[in-house]
Amino acid sequence: MTRALLTGNAAAAWGARLARIDYLPAFPITPQTEIIETISRWIGEDEMRCRMVMLESEHSMLTAAGAAASTGVRTFTATSSQGLLYGMEMLYTIAGWRVPLVLINVSRGLSAPITLEPDHNDILAARDSGCLQLHCATCQEVVDAILIAYRLSEQPQVRLPVIVNLDGFSLSFTREPVSLPDDQAAAHYLPAFRHDAAEFRGGHPASKAVAVLGGGAYSYFRYETHLAALAAIDAYDDAAREFEQQFGRRYPSVECYRNDDAEISFVMIGSFATKAKDAVDRLRDAGHKIGLVRPFMLRPLPEADLRKALVGKSGIAVIDQNLAPGRGGILHGEVTSVLYGQQERPATVLSYIGGLGGRDIVIEEFFQIAADVRAAVASGATPAPRLLYTRNELTDMRKMQAAAHVEATGDGAVDGTGGAPSKETTA
Amino acid sequence: MKESQFKAARDLPSSHILGAGTAMCAGCGGLGAVREVYDVLGKDTIFVNAAGCMTLLSVYPFTPFRGSWLYTAMASAPAGGQGVRDALDIRLEQGSLRKDEDLQVVVLTGDGTANGIGLSATSAAIDRQLDFIYLCYDNEGYGNTGQQTSAATPHGARTATDPETGGMPGRKKDLFAIWTANRPTYAATVLAAEPLDLARKIETARSLSGPRLILALAPCPPGWGFEPSRSVEIGRLAVRTGIFPLKEYIDGRVVHNRIPHPRLPVEDYLKPQQRFAHLFEPQRDDKRIGEIQAAVDAYWLEVENGHA
Repeated sequence: MTRALLTGNAAAAWGARLARIDYLPAFPITPQTEIIETISRWIGEDEMRCRMVMLESEHSMLTAAGAAASTGVRTFTATSSQGLLYGMEMLYTIAGWRVPLVLINVSRGLSAPITLEPDHNDILAARDSGCLQLHCATCQEVVDAILIAYRLSEQPQVRLPVIVNLDGFSLSFTREPVSLPDDQAAAHYLPAFRHDAAEFRGGHPASKAVAVLGGGAYSYFRYETHLAALAAIDAYDDAAREFEQQFGRRYPSVECYRNDDAEISFVMIGSFATKAKDAVDRLRDAGHKIGLVRPFMLRPLPEADLRKALVGKSGIAVIDQNLAPGRGGILHGEVTSVLYGQQERPATVLSYIGGLGGRDIVIEEFFQIAADVRAAVASGATPAPRLLYTRNELTDMRKMQAAAHVEATGDGAVDGTGGAPSKETTA
Repeated sequence: MKESQFKAARDLPSSHILGAGTAMCAGCGGLGAVREVYDVLGKDTIFVNAAGCMTLLSVYPFTPFRGSWLYTAMASAPAGGQGVRDALDIRLEQGSLRKDEDLQVVVLTGDGTANGIGLSATSAAIDRQLDFIYLCYDNEGYGNTGQQTSAATPHGARTATDPETGGMPGRKKDLFAIWTANRPTYAATVLAAEPLDLARKIETARSLSGPRLILALAPCPPGWGFEPSRSVEIGRLAVRTGIFPLKEYIDGRVVHNRIPHPRLPVEDYLKPQQRFAHLFEPQRDDKRIGEIQAAVDAYWLEVENGHA
């Protein structure tokens, strides 16, 4: 074991290296590119034995990844944001191929407007693809999640791609101390690639992803994929337990922080959950019984663990770093559906949208959210979802609009980028 | 190069390894080409398929292939070929596959894919010098969805999306030229109705490595509007009128394997096809028939002058 100061991107590259990947189909995109550049350098320096090939798009990259995994090699790839969406057809496809591989997504907001900075709309657009999802909050988790992800993905009862998500900028470009397992320990935890009888090779004809006619066959294969994803709940627990036994780091599918005796819980995923932890500590210091619940695994959704963490609380605030226009926060819907029908379910599940496109969520906002939940619990009335935005941000936005010769459309309204009535440029 | 094993028609395979009873239409020129190509390549072949007519060859739980098959998506079959080829190479190098477990990777797509949605992935596979055969069955439209206009639809042909008087207003994209401009190892045009020429070209392609194009004209009875029994005849007319040149690109230059002498007038090819009927009825459109003839004449003049 060695200790190193690594960015999230370097941690992802180390995870791939420790997993002894055979194959890396790649395509650059900010903020992911550093991952493939790092691995490319290691290949050039003979630090890694891996074949890397540059594809011409993420759609092709994912196709090559799935095809290679179908032919029996340990495959790794990485993308972000627009790239994940460009490859979306193949995300669904390779899940249906039932191939084991690991895809890193470095989360970044989606166009339009185009941005480089993080939020979770990209990864949550892949929510229903059949690919499993692990969501990292630290650089250490990035390394460890990749090893766990391969263990999970290569289980015969699972055989689904796993996406390991880390936030752009706040993890990808942020250095944190990371404990790196040595090669032997990693190889002990993650044995050589597990071959499958259906892999392509001469003398063993195999047909993969053939067409089906009729709903009976289609439904059967779709249900199989669903059942495999559900089987990943137990398989994950096994993989995480063995990881803890070997490395001493614990990764429950749902992390609970100071939550056992909490009356109120924050629910978040990703790196901003570390901000929520800080807020929890300070609120605890001030005498409030509050905790954090963070799903580390989002697909399959560990429903039982989520219920265990949340049933019996008096109030919950789900803080979404994503926005489903016309609906609101995606996690909020997931959490409420898990709690529906449970006895002792919290009556109050508040929804907050924040941290979009690199916007911070500051500690005062967590304090305000906690105060909102207490007030809602006391009154029994659930307020409408809140879009976090400060007066200062609005002032800055107004200045930009003035600079862009954009006229405000009404009292305090913020112009959308797409339809802004701009005479010269749009923001 | 060593001498061809296919010297005469009697040298062609007498039995086929592609199973019968597929869902393809009667008289499908694309299926004929696939069958003849497969006979020469043999069963240690993996077909990596893009969405199109041939996707319906393998419908669960049946397949006519004695080798392997991977359906990908419409846009990215060459990338699927890349993944398979790379993984085979990695495993051969690691020693986890024996040499006799290697596969010939064949990407199988239609012309809509080859000239449109899949062109970027194809072009990039050539850039990377991917070791694969790209087999395009060119039925000159999106055949599987009912013959809408594709970039390979010839000038003047009526389709489901160009049904009005003029037919396809543009020009058929020259996929062969696009490939050869990028200097692949090999490129050839073939036709199921010319099995000896086809077998020799596949034999050559098989002996080489790197990106290799096999562009098969695929007469399509329902899409072009002729009786299935005339499929071979229509294909041969495409060659004899000079509309479809049989040629190959090897060692950096294009060779025409058959220069039709005398060239039949293009209308011999156009007239039997419903998609061109508007050029003859209710009135003969001499101007447009003349344009099509002039384009063919210009092509062969360049060939004779050594420029094509």
